[in-house]
Amino acid sequence: MAPKSEDRSTGTAGDIMVPRVARVRHSRLDGPDTWTLDLDDETFSAGSYVPGQFNMMTAFGVGEVPISMSGDPGKPDLVHTVRAVGAVSGALTQLRPGDVLGLRGPFGVGWPVAEMNGRDVVIVAGGVGLAPLRSLIYHLINERERYGDIAILYGTRSPNDILYLRELESWRGRLDLEVEVTVDHATAPWHGHVGVVTTLVPHATFDPLNTIALICGPEIMMRFAVAALQEAGVADEAIYLSMERSMKCAVGFCGHCQFGPVFVCRDGPVFRYDRVRDLLAAKEL
Amino acid sequence: MTDTTTEDLARILKEHPFFKGMPEAFCDFISDCATTEQFDAGAYVFHEGDPANHFYLLRHGKVALEIKAPERSSIVFQTVRAGEILGVSWLVPPYRLTCDAKAVELTRTITVNAACLREKCDENHDFGYAMMQRFMPIMVQRLKATRLQLLDVYGTKV
Amino acid sequence: MVVMSSVPQAILSRDALQALLDTLKGRGYRVLGPTVRDQAIVYDDIDAVGDLPEGWTDSQDGGHYRLEKRDDNALFGYAVGPQSWKKFLHRPAIRLWHAKREGEDVSVTAESGPEMPYAFFGVRSCELHAIAIQDRVLLGGSYVDSHYQARREGAFIVAVNCSVAGGTCFCVSMHTGPKAEAGFDLALTELMDGGEHRFLVETGTDLGAEVLSALPHRPATQEDIEAAQAVIANTAANMGRTMPADEVPALLMRNLKHPRWDDVAQRCLTCANCTMVCPTCFCTTVDQTSDLTGTESAAWRRWDSCFTIDFTYIHGGSVRTSTQSRYRQWMTHKLATWVDQFGSSGCVGCGRCITWCPVGIDITEEVQAIRESEPQ
Repeated sequence: MAPKSEDRSTGTAGDIMVPRVARVRHSRLDGPDTWTLDLDDETFSAGSYVPGQFNMMTAFGVGEVPISMSGDPGKPDLVHTVRAVGAVSGALTQLRPGDVLGLRGPFGVGWPVAEMNGRDVVIVAGGVGLAPLRSLIYHLINERERYGDIAILYGTRSPNDILYLRELESWRGRLDLEVEVTVDHATAPWHGHVGVVTTLVPHATFDPLNTIALICGPEIMMRFAVAALQEAGVADEAIYLSMERSMKCAVGFCGHCQFGPVFVCRDGPVFRYDRVRDLLAAKEL
Repeated sequence: MTDTTTEDLARILKEHPFFKGMPEAFCDFISDCATTEQFDAGAYVFHEGDPANHFYLLRHGKVALEIKAPERSSIVFQTVRAGEILGVSWLVPPYRLTCDAKAVELTRTITVNAACLREKCDENHDFGYAMMQRFMPIMVQRLKATRLQLLDVYGTKV
Repeated sequence: MVVMSSVPQAILSRDALQALLDTLKGRGYRVLGPTVRDQAIVYDDIDAVGDLPEGWTDSQDGGHYRLEKRDDNALFGYAVGPQSWKKFLHRPAIRLWHAKREGEDVSVTAESGPEMPYAFFGVRSCELHAIAIQDRVLLGGSYVDSHYQARREGAFIVAVNCSVAGGTCFCVSMHTGPKAEAGFDLALTELMDGGEHRFLVETGTDLGAEVLSALPHRPATQEDIEAAQAVIANTAANMGRTMPADEVPALLMRNLKHPRWDDVAQRCLTCANCTMVCPTCFCTTVDQTSDLTGTESAAWRRWDSCFTIDFTYIHGGSVRTSTQSRYRQWMTHKLATWVDQFGSSGCVGCGRCITWCPVGIDITEEVQAIRESEPQ
């Protein structure tokens, strides 16, 4: 399993900037303006990526955006969840079975799966940030016996905005996973928690001295989540974030995704917190 | 339905993390003013505008804090779960509740008569300070959490 | 390919220079070199020695560039102009691929490389360093920029040792010149003493030696060699600027909140000139185009600049909106984080950013200002 592409493209064959063509096999509305696309790609096989990596998806004639892998890494399914926030993502969410798109990747550094062996795992996801974590959750379930307590803490704006509702309910039904969902505000008939996702941390079951925490969501939410985990006794070196920045190439050439000295596309998007702590504290970096 | 004796109440209060480190006498002040209550799912614990004469230690269940809005149904902006404290307005004038609290599921509380406690705080400043020390952090935590909610971080910026 | 040859240095006459251009052309190179156009010295196709900026020099300072006539007919009596060789190696606009919709399918075709290899004539030492820096960025990581590679691999480089230091040059304090040390096939030093207009030539590679052997030349005498050394020493002694080089990366990274950033932000127009003229700036963007029927589409890669307001745009807003944050990004990347990323400074001391800034912002002055007023 090659977690990072070792492709040293020379000449036009296998040029890292040229997309291959994939076709939509299945599409599903998974949240407001949010579609999950199941793709057919000849070059794809199970185990060809690490949870936390991403592909660059091209809507031909419109543009290209980075979207995380959201499928089960143990299956030969290439799955991406796209939220329509602009022209390109909007075009991607309008693709239906049979439509074609372009793909480049997988790129980036994924979640530190090896680090989690033998430890408790706490996942803190906000909004559409659950999508890059879904691959990881499937992996943890596939290899359940390797890990201690697993807590999945998910927060979003309101009950209508919950992503992957069916999966969350299914995971919650398992006896070997702790799953808590909260929303920022709700109208009746929501009977679940209301409050920011950080409020779920003190109540989750995990040993802070033997835990790996993984966070993905809006940057503000991630900073608050880090604070909550630190308060719970988790060390900075045990916390991982998935960062997001503008990307045009995904291979460290275009310069757009720079965050201080790191390229989010190539040195991330997953970063251990201590590496980006000072960068996150700086304004407009 | 009070199935808990006064001794039981005092013991439960003393053991609760919220009252950790409090001198025995102070715990007694509180248990002297405490009873147990039960709220069925859907029942209101208190309403906006009521005098803030109680605070609640939730033993079981969940309470939703709601604000009424004329053009739509009530908006829940926070839930309080078992083990947490409900009600901080009793400490601060004008001692009025600023939202509704509805039991989302069957909820059991230790209800403390705060009106009676306020007098004790005035008489015994050490006791007053001990209560402030415990309630202030809750207020601050909730303020921080509310800020994050206000930022509406999950919304798409237009 | 870069081998310091042990062939003794030789002397070329002005006519031999023409023979060099002809030889390169004959070997199938597209020969590119300095020429005067629109009151500046730019890089373009050249055929003859007469195309070179003979008798011209440049006067450069912050926000100031003028060509002036010399009182001799030196071919290389000037510093560097607004363009750099990245114009050819890392092209300003390039089509990456084009796609065609055929029924339910789309076929994607990659673009092919350049038709002819380049021969660069008149590359300065700072520019050799800049090319090496871009090599590291675009070829030295785990991915390779195939377009840069295709243009870089076959390039023949004739370097020139500077006889004139520009008003904004500071290669000496950046250790990037004025003498060309490596990265060239041939290196020339223009000599005009003793009434003989001639060129000392050094070979840098076997290919360079092979090309030289076909040209009329004579061995260099000790006087020639010393004359060349004197020219270079004179250039080194006349730098227009200095970069206070000690620990610049650490200095900048611990002063991200320094009030000097606000000060420079008052002056900076975010016009992006500096990034366009800088020989190491490599940022690009990729845009897709489509015809009206949506049948044919293509992806184009173009030069971009971290100074643009949407450089860091993600769903709904940009990360760096203020001028201050964008200027800080450019300068800290160039002088500090570049070292973390690529193992060297990104700056080669060519001074272009100073000359071509409309308001004359001077990167050496900004560093000095921060150093002098660092909060203790």
